[in-house]
Order: sequence, then C-alpha cells, then structure tokens
Amino acid sequence: MPVEQTRYLTGNYGTPDSWTLAAYEKNGGYQSLRKALEMGPEWILEQMKAANLRGRGGAGFPAGLKWSFLKPNPEKPNYIAVNADEGEPGTFKDRTLMEKDPHRCVEGFIISAYALNVHTVYVYVRGELVLSIKRLMRAVEEARAKGYLGDAIMGKAFPLDIVVHAGAGAYICGEETSLLNSLEGLRGEPRLKPPFPAVVGAFGAPTIVNNLETLATVPTVVSLGGEEFSKLSRLHHIKDGGVRLYGVSGPVKRPGVFEAPVGITLRELIYDLGGGMRDGRTLKAVIPGGSSTPVLRPEDLVHAPDEKHPLHAWHGKSHIDVPMGVDTMRGLGTMLGTCCAIVMDDTTSMVRAAENLMLFYAHESCGQCTPCREGCAWMARLCRKFASGTATRADLDTLYDVANNIMGNTICALGDGAAMPMLGILKLFRGEFEAAIGKKAPHLGGPA
Amino acid sequence: MFLAGFRGARVVLGVARRRDRRDALQQGDPMAFELTPERRAIFDELLPKYPTRQALTIPLLHLCQEQHGYVDASVIEYVAKTLGVTTAEVQGVVTFYTLFLQEKPGRNVVWVCRTLSCELMGAREITECFEKKLGIHPGETTKDGEFTLLNAECLAACGQGPMIQLNDTYYENLTPDQLDGIIEQAKKRRDDRVKASFSPVGLRTHRDA
Repeated sequence: MPVEQTRYLTGNYGTPDSWTLAAYEKNGGYQSLRKALEMGPEWILEQMKAANLRGRGGAGFPAGLKWSFLKPNPEKPNYIAVNADEGEPGTFKDRTLMEKDPHRCVEGFIISAYALNVHTVYVYVRGELVLSIKRLMRAVEEARAKGYLGDAIMGKAFPLDIVVHAGAGAYICGEETSLLNSLEGLRGEPRLKPPFPAVVGAFGAPTIVNNLETLATVPTVVSLGGEEFSKLSRLHHIKDGGVRLYGVSGPVKRPGVFEAPVGITLRELIYDLGGGMRDGRTLKAVIPGGSSTPVLRPEDLVHAPDEKHPLHAWHGKSHIDVPMGVDTMRGLGTMLGTCCAIVMDDTTSMVRAAENLMLFYAHESCGQCTPCREGCAWMARLCRKFASGTATRADLDTLYDVANNIMGNTICALGDGAAMPMLGILKLFRGEFEAAIGKKAPHLGGPA
Repeated sequence: MFLAGFRGARVVLGVARRRDRRDALQQGDPMAFELTPERRAIFDELLPKYPTRQALTIPLLHLCQEQHGYVDASVIEYVAKTLGVTTAEVQGVVTFYTLFLQEKPGRNVVWVCRTLSCELMGAREITECFEKKLGIHPGETTKDGEFTLLNAECLAACGQGPMIQLNDTYYENLTPDQLDGIIEQAKKRRDDRVKASFSPVGLRTHRDA
C-alpha cells in the first residue's frame, strides 16, 4: 500500500495567502498557543519529552532532553536561537515552512519561549533566503500587532521579542556554536564544547539552539499531546516519534517536500512520494539525508542474523527498505540527517558526484582546523584528478588517507561530514575510481 | 635576505596606505561612506534588540551593501566606527561570508547553483549557456557592467533544480531556452532606489515586507 502523506505540518501549504495571519488562524492557528498558556511550562516540557521529537536539523538529538539541559544563569537571560541556516546540499524543507507557513514557525517559537522562560528568540535565517526572511518578519509583526508577543502573550504578562537575523552565506553557520558566533557578529567559526550552548551560548548566556522544523512541530505536539504525537510515527517503539518533512531531489518524477510519519522507507520516499525514477532510468544510489550522510545502494542487504541486533527485523532486506529513523539509519552505517534524499540513477558517475560534493566542502570549510581546511581541498583536488582521468593508483590510497585523517580530528562535524560521504562512496564504488584512472569520467546531468 | 627585504617593503607600504586612509577620514574624506537616513533608521530599530553592538556587524554590512553595491574600505571604516569595533574585526567578517562582495559587481548578479542535486539535473549546461550568452566565466562581470556571473553552493531549492538566483529572486526548474527571456527582463530592470541587486537586510526587506 503506498504511503499516505500526512497534513499536520503542511496542512496550510495549499491555502491561498497561506503566509498571512488570517489564513493561518482560519485553519486553527494559534490555538496550540492558547492551550500551552493554559497548561503551563512544566506540562509543555513533559509533552516534549513524551513526543520523542528528534531534532530535525540532522543530528537527531531528542529535543525534549535538549530542553532539559538549559541551565539558567542568575546573571544572564535565557535565549533560543532558531537554526534556519538551511544549507546542507539536498535539503530544502525548512524553506517551505518559512515561505508557506511562517506563522506556524512563529507559534512554535512563542510556545517554546514560554516553556523555557526565554524573552528573546533569535531566528538565524540564511541570507540567501530573502523571501523566507520577509515572510517571517511579516509574521512576527502581525503576531505582535495581534498581541501574541511583545509585552504580553495573549494577555499573559510575559515580555517576548522574536528577532529575525539574516546570515550572509556560510554553510558552517548551521553548526550550532558557529551560528552563535555569527549571531554575535564574529566570523562563523565553531567553538569548542564543552561548555555547551545550554550553559554558555549566545552572548555568554544559556541558549537552546533548535532547528526551525523542530520548533515548527511544537504546536502539533501541544495540540495532540506528546504521546499521541509520538504514536503517529512507525518508530514510536524505538523513541523516534511523530511526523516530519521529507525531501527528495534528483532524477525522480516528482521531486519535492512531503510530510509523512517518521519511519517510512527510502523506497517509499523515492517511488511513492517521489513518483519513481524518470525517463526509464534505474536507481543506482541514494544519499539519505543531505550530502554529509554516506550513500546507500538498493542492492545491498541488511545482515543482522543476531536476534538482539537492532536491525534484525529487516535482516535480508534491501537497505532502502529499512525505515528511516535516527537509530535505524545509524545501524546501516549512514545517518538520517535532514531526511532529504538525493537520488542518483544508472547514468551517474560516482566519481563526478564525489568531486561535486568535495568542492562544496572545500569551499565551505571555515579554515579553523588544519585537517578540515587542508583535507577538504585536498580531497576535492584528488577527486578532480580522478574525474579528469589524470589520477594514478597512488592517488586512491592518498584519498583514503586524507579522509581518514580528517575523521575525529576537528572541532566541529564539518570535517567528518566531508570525510564520511567520501569514505562511503569509496567503499561502495571503489571500482569506478579504479576505472577512472587514465579515463575521463562522464559529466553529471547528461552529455557535455 | 631578499625575501625579508621584500616583506619589509610591503609592511612599509601597508602602513603608509593605512595612514593615508586615516588622514583622509579625519579630513572629511569625500569618499567616506554614510548610510542614508532611511537605512540608518533600520539600524537604529535593530540596535536595542541585541545585547552588544558588535552583534549588528552582519545586519549593518547588509544595509551598507544594499546602498553601496559592495563592501569596500570606506564601508568597513564606517561599520567599525558605528559599532565601536576594529576595522580588522569587520574585515574578518567581510572576508568570511560569501554574500559580502568585495569588488563592484554588475547591476544584476546571477548565482547558478552548482551543487549535487542541481548538477544532476543539468546545472552545468545552465552555467555554460550563461557563459556563452554573457561572454564571461563565473566570477566575472560583463564589460557593460550589466551582469556578474557566480556559482553558488546549494541554495535550498534542490527539488526544483536546476535553478539560479537572479538578484533576490529564485528561478527554478530551468531549461536553457528560458535564459534569453530572463536576461532580457533583467536588463530592463530599472530600480534606481536600491543599488545592490540583493540584500536580506535593507529597505526592500524591512520596508516592503
């Protein structure tokens, strides 16, 4: 049976002028805020824990648990920094929320601020997303005029301001501590942890950094109740709850963003929601959740004969038939990431794909740690050699060596995020690199 | 020895240049940059929303770039003076972020996304078409100052590739035959109020929203 799309987060997407307060309220908007104010902060925190809401930004950390780490400092205010610096290649889900349903985001921010005793929320949006920024600003002003934020929330004395802050084009600013530095007006270089942002974050104050989709999901958690929300997921039993946005891009018939329960499979995402491969092509490989997650092949089967193995239920099945969850994908040696899959068909040169991705990381490394700054550019140069047919066998060893020497040797995860997909591609498609020695690899996207 | 001498000469030159600039500023340099009152008003509205002045670095640079078209030494001096930070700190920020242009761009800036999802769908062909039609490579500006062509890293429109960002507008699901129309339309754009083709903080975002 084809997977059904759900409409908890995206129900307002098709409404005319969906970004206005009038349209949002007509569809029941801001009722969750009303309920949250009645029930109080303790209740909201409990629901967030019961919701098993795993962070939607890529790392998949339980949001309720993260909230419980907030350590108030008597001399400083608490902050929320919303991470809307959507820049992971292949990922385009948060932009739809900001453009089509900014009031859902704002309602989520207000409820979260109320629950965490935060009086200033900074929304860090990618500078490129001008329309998203405009829509969010407009939504904040409309909510302020209506008395949903400002000196009081719906008449309850609780001063709250939401500040939309534009970034200026740096992928690294999606890393939480780098985002905080950027917010403070510095170069976006990640900080060493600990201290974690929940203790020392923005402007030295305790800060909760959450992905935009995570917070836009909060109104649904409040309206359904945490437990009910979690049960919408197919992976409720392993504490991966709710519904979420999926994206699929590349040569499929219907690329786009879809909402569905947590735990659908890559096959369902590609063939049911994405409509299957276009132009009679076949699926060669899929990057499950943004470019930093290692690639999977449909012909690889799960090997988990041991009954205690977390993936035993899918023993013998294809990798793309395993439900997409934070822990299940980790079990396959990849990551769930942002749940936005990049699909590659049988005409795709994996050497060229690796070259494309490594050029991205070489451009986006912040330059702070030597292994990443030098290593990403080195991997890009080596991939370029393979793509142009000028590489030697020794270059293949160097490629492994460079990637392995980035892993775990940097302050933040960008270096790992470059080395993991590189090693992943080498593991599954080493043959293509060997074949590319002395032979130019075909370009992506057709003949050129 | 030679190297040391060479480096010494550069240092001396640098100091002299800095001194010139400082003197020029003190004497009321005609090239000194100032925000227009409308843009300054946006800055004044934003200021109380942050606990430090330095936090305004990126928003203020966006405002300046919207007015000036790019970020040069005069803008850096102005931002440093306004925020009470050093020019080195501002320069560090300017050189870190892709969106701050350090050279004068064309009147229209075309960013072609080159990252994987778009390239799988034909972004390479789109770049090549622009190169042919405009007669420039990515990173260059046409002689008449109309267009700058740049490659962008993932612009979060992966399901609608290939795509470009022309000034502040996205054009998605592109085919090469659409490019002539897009170029012609951009040439006709008459928008004298705003110099920069693109800015997330400025009159167009804060006043037209």
